Amino acid sequence: MQTPLLEVDNVSRSFPVPGKKERISIFSNIRLKINKGEFVTVVGHSGCGKSTLLNIIAGIDKADTGAVLLKNREVNSPGLDRMVVFQNFALMPWLTVYQNVRLAVRAAYPDWDKGKIDERTRAYVEMVNLKGAEDKLPAALSGGMRQRCGLARAFSVQPPIMLLDEPFAQIDALTRGVIQDELIRMWEESGVTIFMVTHDVDEAIFLSDRILLMTPGPDARLAETVEIDIPRPRKRREIIEHPAYYAYRNSIIKFLSGGSAPVPPGRSPLTP
Amino acid sequence: MKWRTVLLSALIGCLALFVWQMATMGTELPAPWAVLKVSREFLSDPFYDAGPNDKGIGILVAYSMTRLAAGFACASVCAVLLGVLLGRQPVLFAALNPYIQILRAISPIAWMPLLLYSVKDSGLTAFMVVFMASLWPTLANTAFGVANIKKDYLNVAAILQMSPAKTLLSVILPAAGPTIVAGLKISMGSAWVAIIPAEALLGSLGLGYFIWNEWNNLSLTSVVFAILVIGMVGVGIDFLFSKLSKRLAYTD
Repeated sequence: MQTPLLEVDNVSRSFPVPGKKERISIFSNIRLKINKGEFVTVVGHSGCGKSTLLNIIAGIDKADTGAVLLKNREVNSPGLDRMVVFQNFALMPWLTVYQNVRLAVRAAYPDWDKGKIDERTRAYVEMVNLKGAEDKLPAALSGGMRQRCGLARAFSVQPPIMLLDEPFAQIDALTRGVIQDELIRMWEESGVTIFMVTHDVDEAIFLSDRILLMTPGPDARLAETVEIDIPRPRKRREIIEHPAYYAYRNSIIKFLSGGSAPVPPGRSPLTP
Repeated sequence: MKWRTVLLSALIGCLALFVWQMATMGTELPAPWAVLKVSREFLSDPFYDAGPNDKGIGILVAYSMTRLAAGFACASVCAVLLGVLLGRQPVLFAALNPYIQILRAISPIAWMPLLLYSVKDSGLTAFMVVFMASLWPTLANTAFGVANIKKDYLNVAAILQMSPAKTLLSVILPAAGPTIVAGLKISMGSAWVAIIPAEALLGSLGLGYFIWNEWNNLSLTSVVFAILVIGMVGVGIDFLFSKLSKRLAYTD
């Protein structure tokens, strides 16, 4: 059996409750394995702790118990081998697009000369179609362009795995699709492994090889795994016509809305 | 609508001059016209040097500015470094904050006897007065600015595995830059305020010395001239800091 690239082993995390002695569990005993080259997505409600899980893998947050293993070695602190793409982009606002990407390249390859650093930087700025906007500050860019810069920064380091924290949540719907296509293209070309968290079911089905469903918190669990068996390359317009698409979609949505009774037809939930 | 502001400003200036003229009429106090005359005299040869106690106003300003720059620069380096430390260590910051607030409230001039007694040198004392005056606003602002840096930026620095020095230079200082410069601006203002009485009391060559010397000569006209110079230099310094702060400002 293939050894996984990334393994999350029995990770638990809890938060202290203000004014009380006991702590509230966000999730406990999370286990997951991601193989090299896979695109794995965790889908769950807002606040279920999926971003906390991502942060623990990134090393930004610490687990109470359990371990994160990358290539069979435990990782405890953030690093260039787990580049993160943030929901709110987290670009340095005082640096231009080019400088933001260059900052990462320089950090990843400290012994490279200036020419090589610039070459790599330029290649990735162009790869995300930001040519012409290199010298703009993030504040002058739309959300979509900012996230392109965030993706360029993450890809430019060529990490073994990338962690995407709701990367499209703050991007308008039309741009979102374009950037998702770009992400898939870059993922396929680079062979990078991607771990993403999102609450957008369609996005998850379109992008992922495997979707992990997280129950709502507190004490959330990764309850189910859905293998998305739709051949690639997937086309945004065609995928919705795939016979399995709605089956996946319905089962995921059913899971996510589990427990709440459906509204009877003809009755608005607002009028008792 | 900018010309309206300019017009109003000019009108207020004229009104002030008029009030000044009316208030000084029939008294020994210098009237605007007399000050203008004296100013022309002083400014016609600002860099003359006729012995240790008789130098042009330009040279005196230069003396004050040099003292100011030295004390301010040393204080700013200390304040920024300490401020970064406090900004990164919330517990230490909270523990030291009451003391900083107390020290900040003390006029740097109040330290002078103690300083003079300890270092026994008027030049060094003047330097330390400027140092004390410049330290606290920058320290407080830097600590505040660093403590409030968006966590994301520091996370990115950690993910990029930046060394502490690199994180300081590439992330912490640019992120807190605008707040730090706002502190530096206040520091410079309070140092400029403190240096005048310090020089006057210590008899160190400079604008403060000049003003006190002219008072001893009972030349109030020259005193008013010096007051105007102090104001102008202060505005000039402030302008430089505004430029700097515009340069470092960023929109998130």
